[in-house]
Amino acid sequence: MASTAIPVEREHYLNTDYGIRSWLFTTDHKRIALLYLVTITVFFFIGGFFALLIRLELLTPAGDLVLADTYNKLFTMHGQVMIFFFLIPSIPAVLGNFLVPMMVGAKDLAFPRINLLSWYLLVAAGIVMLHTIITGGVDSGWTFYTPFSTAFSNTKVIEAGLAIFIAGFSSILTGLNFVVTIHRMRAPGLTWSRLPLFIWAHYATSIIQLLGTPVLAITLLLVVFERAFHLGIFDPTRGGDPLLFQHLFWFYSHPAVYIMILPAMGVVAEIIPCFSRKRIFGYSAVAMSSIAIAVFGFLVWAHHMFVAGISLYSAMIFSILSYLVAVPSAIKVFNWTATMYKGSIHFDTPMLYAMGFIGLFTMGGLTGLFLAALGIDVHVTDTYFVIAHFHYIMVGGAVMGYLGGLHFWWPKISGRLYPEWLGKFAALTVFLGFNLTFFPQFILGYLGMPRRYWEYPPEFQVLNVLSTAGSTILAVGYVLPMIYFLWSMRYGKIADANPWGAAGLEWKTASPPPTDNFREIPEVSWEAYNYDEIPAPAEVPVGR
Amino acid sequence: MFDNFPLWPVPASSGAGNVDALFIFLVLLAGFMCLAIFTLIVVFAVKFRYRRGHRAEQIEGSVPLEVTWSAVPLAIFMVIFVWGAVIFFRERTPPREADAVYVVAKQWMWKLEHEQGQKEINELRVPVGRDIKLIMTSQDVIHSFYVPAFRIKQDVLPGRYTTAWFHATRPGVYHLFCAEYCGTEHSGMIGQVVVLEPAQYEAWLAGGSTFGSLAANGESLFRQLGCPTCHRSDIQGRGPNLVGIFGKPVQLEDGRTVMADENYIRESILSPNAKIVSGFKPIMPTFQGLVDEDQVTALIAYIKSLSRSPEGAAGPAKPAPGT
Repeated sequence: MASTAIPVEREHYLNTDYGIRSWLFTTDHKRIALLYLVTITVFFFIGGFFALLIRLELLTPAGDLVLADTYNKLFTMHGQVMIFFFLIPSIPAVLGNFLVPMMVGAKDLAFPRINLLSWYLLVAAGIVMLHTIITGGVDSGWTFYTPFSTAFSNTKVIEAGLAIFIAGFSSILTGLNFVVTIHRMRAPGLTWSRLPLFIWAHYATSIIQLLGTPVLAITLLLVVFERAFHLGIFDPTRGGDPLLFQHLFWFYSHPAVYIMILPAMGVVAEIIPCFSRKRIFGYSAVAMSSIAIAVFGFLVWAHHMFVAGISLYSAMIFSILSYLVAVPSAIKVFNWTATMYKGSIHFDTPMLYAMGFIGLFTMGGLTGLFLAALGIDVHVTDTYFVIAHFHYIMVGGAVMGYLGGLHFWWPKISGRLYPEWLGKFAALTVFLGFNLTFFPQFILGYLGMPRRYWEYPPEFQVLNVLSTAGSTILAVGYVLPMIYFLWSMRYGKIADANPWGAAGLEWKTASPPPTDNFREIPEVSWEAYNYDEIPAPAEVPVGR
Repeated sequence: MFDNFPLWPVPASSGAGNVDALFIFLVLLAGFMCLAIFTLIVVFAVKFRYRRGHRAEQIEGSVPLEVTWSAVPLAIFMVIFVWGAVIFFRERTPPREADAVYVVAKQWMWKLEHEQGQKEINELRVPVGRDIKLIMTSQDVIHSFYVPAFRIKQDVLPGRYTTAWFHATRPGVYHLFCAEYCGTEHSGMIGQVVVLEPAQYEAWLAGGSTFGSLAANGESLFRQLGCPTCHRSDIQGRGPNLVGIFGKPVQLEDGRTVMADENYIRESILSPNAKIVSGFKPIMPTFQGLVDEDQVTALIAYIKSLSRSPEGAAGPAKPAPGT
């Protein structure tokens, strides 16, 4: 190429090489993050498409849009795709991958090639999942409850299990990479107490990924063994115990909720100080609460099983432990809110998402208190109350955090600014659409509408219609950012190194960053969130 | 009031009011907390919005505040825990004298059998004002017996019995749902609980049935299968005498003691060698595959009836009503 004739553009990770091989064989954590971004966006829209079909079917009480078996496959695959191929990789594998090395002042993750491998594992798993979907799908419920999944379902349980089994290894390897990077590769002077809370959140997440995911792998393997080779593990007619499956499954799948929400909490803990121009309120309380959630999160799994046939006394123990894990979540909410106190608050799009996150996560968390109360849980478990509760946490919480983070770091990732007013409009649309979709489901749940129902009694229709209406608004709110992000990559205003005036090492390098992140490894001599030393962008008079 | 837009489920059992009370308390508490947090966010957002030249005041945090907003929620949580646990304890402890109804779930129907022998499908008639205990098992996958109006739900598992109980307080017809996903027709596995006035219920009991009572059916099955050869009711035969054993602790050969409840009897019929009674030999053949769930239920009802009448096998089975 005759590059000498053109004025030389600054070289960064995006323009070092344009070949397809330079992407598929890259070991640059930033490029791998973008590979993940594309992959999980595809899965997000597949899972979202299933969700819309579910909502359309539920517009009327009769089962009239799809067949019962199709409906069962739709909610199963909606869950599997959204959880294992979108939510679990979302913030860690995209934003975490991009930011963890930069935030700790490193040139890359500890194991760049393992990082690439974990993306390939997710892609392999995704291909198996897509093959499952295209060739007939699976109807076991995302929870794979036995003996239905091992002895009764005549759909592709083994293949779906295999897909999730492989995706699990992707998650384990990412967690391993983060733990080692955070321990071993922090820049000089960057002590544990100076780490951004995003890093603390990812550290806690990685611990769960490392310790929990292998149990899921074992459980799925046992399901495959029982289904394929007729071993008696979970099926009582072959001497197995179906409750054993539920214990093993939830031992991973409850902590998995924290894999999804902790990173979003980390994102919010970055956004709120930046747009309040303040140090975070109670740094160590917020950091330690992430660790507490990771630890206590492993001790509450059987609260999914209060009516499953476990003993009265074990139910009581798991109920009280569930309340203990609610305390660190409450601490976080209070500290985020207190951070705004006496701030100088800017309402850019990421801040709108962060404020929406606090509101929706608070509602999700508070309704968790209902479910942990044994007497209430008996009535509302396996109803739409549970559906609403966990969507407030996972969609209202994790997805809002993900979108907030994507907007916040988009200038860093792409070197461009997205159109701010469209961003705000989309954030508002998501917030309203979300509440209209899921709030009516709390009422449906207390009225007694069971989950996973293809048909339902007519008295539940009005609330279902509201929910379906909300889901179409929500869909618009999700499609908009995808369009304007793509648009901004070509037409967006050029972003400088630090358009928000944010603290954190990632903002001290160019946007987009050079391939090895920093020209020289920074030496840190300041505390995290030193916003007293950084002027807000609006206060900088010229040339920003 | 709102036939097509209900906002509150009908409470129709003695336990429903307790559940509703805690639920209302939690709604108020959660509503208050949401209001508090949202108000703070809005007030801070307005009051501390960016103004040119005005700078944020840096605050490190506050240990007394952290302690307060950890300890106060924890204390409130413990109140909720205890309240919820008390309701649950009551829900899970059936009164001793409750009338038993045997429930067999299968893809995709509910089979219900009264002690007096009446069988129903997807419909359960019960009298108002009586304690009803459900003894439930599944023929295939996991189901869940859910009556929103009673605020009770219990998973129904294959290979064992689970129980639930209620005390209906209001005559009427209420939804019975399967709440655990069980395959294609999961949403079609619904039925109704019909709560009748006692007189209506007695009339129904007397009218419809041509079956013998459950225990009487169990007794004839017991003879048919040749059980009395070993399980003699006069003396100890090669197998334990079953008179009066139900609900009592049983000493096992390996030194353990188990309660002779429904699950134990069921296991002893289907896998007799799992628990051997002290002093006996493992000689009983399995009846797995020879008896179905309904028959196991009848056998259990018969063995239970042996504990009610002191004279033993001679007169346990009440004559079937209406014959």
